[in-house]
Amino acid sequence: MIFDSLNREQIGLLDEISDASVFKGDGAYNLRLDGHGVMRHNTDRINIVPRNDGQGIEVYVKPGTVGETVHIPVIISESGLKETVFNDFYIGEGCDVTVIAGCGIHNAGDLESMHSGVHSFSVGKNARVKYIEKHIGTGGRGKRSMNPTTSVMIEEGGFMEMNTVQIKGVDNASRMTRAVVKKGGTLVITEKIMTDGEQTAGTEFTVDLDGEDSCARVVSRSVARGRSKQLFVSDVRGNSRCSARTECDAIVMDEAGVSAIPKISANVPEASLVHEAAIGKIAGEQLVKLMTLGLTEKEAEEEIINGFLK
Amino acid sequence: MLEFQNVSYKADDGYEILDDISFKIGSGFVAITGPNGSGKSTVARLISGIIKPTSGRILFGGGDITQSSVTDRAKMGISFGFQQPVRFKGITVYDLLTLAAGKDLTERDACKYLSAVGLCAKDYIDREANASLSGGELKRIEIAMIVARSTVFSVFDEPEAGIDLWSFNNLISIFKKLYDDTKGSVVIISHQERILKQAERIIVIADGRIQADGEGREVFKELTNPYGCRFYKGGAE
Repeated sequence: MIFDSLNREQIGLLDEISDASVFKGDGAYNLRLDGHGVMRHNTDRINIVPRNDGQGIEVYVKPGTVGETVHIPVIISESGLKETVFNDFYIGEGCDVTVIAGCGIHNAGDLESMHSGVHSFSVGKNARVKYIEKHIGTGGRGKRSMNPTTSVMIEEGGFMEMNTVQIKGVDNASRMTRAVVKKGGTLVITEKIMTDGEQTAGTEFTVDLDGEDSCARVVSRSVARGRSKQLFVSDVRGNSRCSARTECDAIVMDEAGVSAIPKISANVPEASLVHEAAIGKIAGEQLVKLMTLGLTEKEAEEEIINGFLK
Repeated sequence: MLEFQNVSYKADDGYEILDDISFKIGSGFVAITGPNGSGKSTVARLISGIIKPTSGRILFGGGDITQSSVTDRAKMGISFGFQQPVRFKGITVYDLLTLAAGKDLTERDACKYLSAVGLCAKDYIDREANASLSGGELKRIEIAMIVARSTVFSVFDEPEAGIDLWSFNNLISIFKKLYDDTKGSVVIISHQERILKQAERIIVIADGRIQADGEGREVFKELTNPYGCRFYKGGAE
């Protein structure tokens, strides 16, 4: 397949997830479209191998690879398509790379379309990975569901930053993230979610800080509008001398609801763990401040939400 | 420019905070002072429209704005610097200055406003106006926003509070410059002697009523009378 045969909606979704022009370039990429891998490109240092069953890929990044980005978006434009895809990433020692994933569903029909992406990361010693994932839904009445599962193993001195964004159009989402961090490793997770209408979103993090001086930071910012519901669950276990901080901040509007169930466990005295959660409506004084600058209440509300999710 | 006509304000619990207050403020540098709990901040909130009078009328530029919204009054040219600045997660100092100015600002313009309030601009411009900033820093940013708006009527509620390490002279020069630029009204609610001394006119509010209103020097002399009630800060020289 060639890039030029993609339609306007497909290119629009690609642009929102990463940058459609990547698929004309010579970097590493894999595009999965309506259940099939359709475009793939490797570089000298990044090798993408399709699984034998066709349900996913394995990405091998050679040790010492620095400054490369691999794009692996998934686009679904067929109403009613449901798939589970397994992607495994092997990031070699001493790498410093970026992985841009994500799923865009354009569902013009009435049937539910669903993508469940199961990602597993093995982050080698002293390697750094930035993982960016955006979820977007557009189209008609058919529901758009996404259920990302990510498991991460960070070896000694490794670092992984995970930025996930789900801003619009996803009806049901259930995210599960599990991570084990070894000696001197660091995991930073930032998630941003906005739900509206009758949408639901659940997100669950389990982090085991096994190694000495390991570190984790989980920051979740979300906005729930309409009659949407969100659930945030985090379970961070300090099994060694380590430090961790989880933050859950949510703005609740209209008739929406958000629940947060944070759990932090210090299984040794040297584990230093903090959790902060703040859930509620937009502070009245924030609206008033912006209104004294000449914004209407509606404009002030949008400004506060856009800043919050920026 | 701004006129209160027999304005009273009762709190939700029925307590009368302002009782039949009338005054006119034209262009110039005016201080409103009085003891804690006298109703000074209520005047500022009534001017900006955050609260509405229980009775009486508020006029601005000749028109009745008693029932006008906060947004409409802001658009008419009324600015209000809060006593307690508001924190925002995710909104940067630059964003706030841009919203205040009502137009896209160049980085240079934004820096100019921050430098005017004694902040090293490049350290602040991209920072979020959140809890990572101290109360004093946020207060200066609050003042910078009013300078960025540069409207015909600006009211500051205790602008000196929380600005410990910064010279009062700078603060006063900001108000004077704002007046020079707008030729409008700069109204400062304050107990601070050094601010009161600079005011062209002082209005004293106590127990919800106007106790004195006149030329700055004259009223200040009355306030510093050793037999009078001394609520202002700064002490004798």
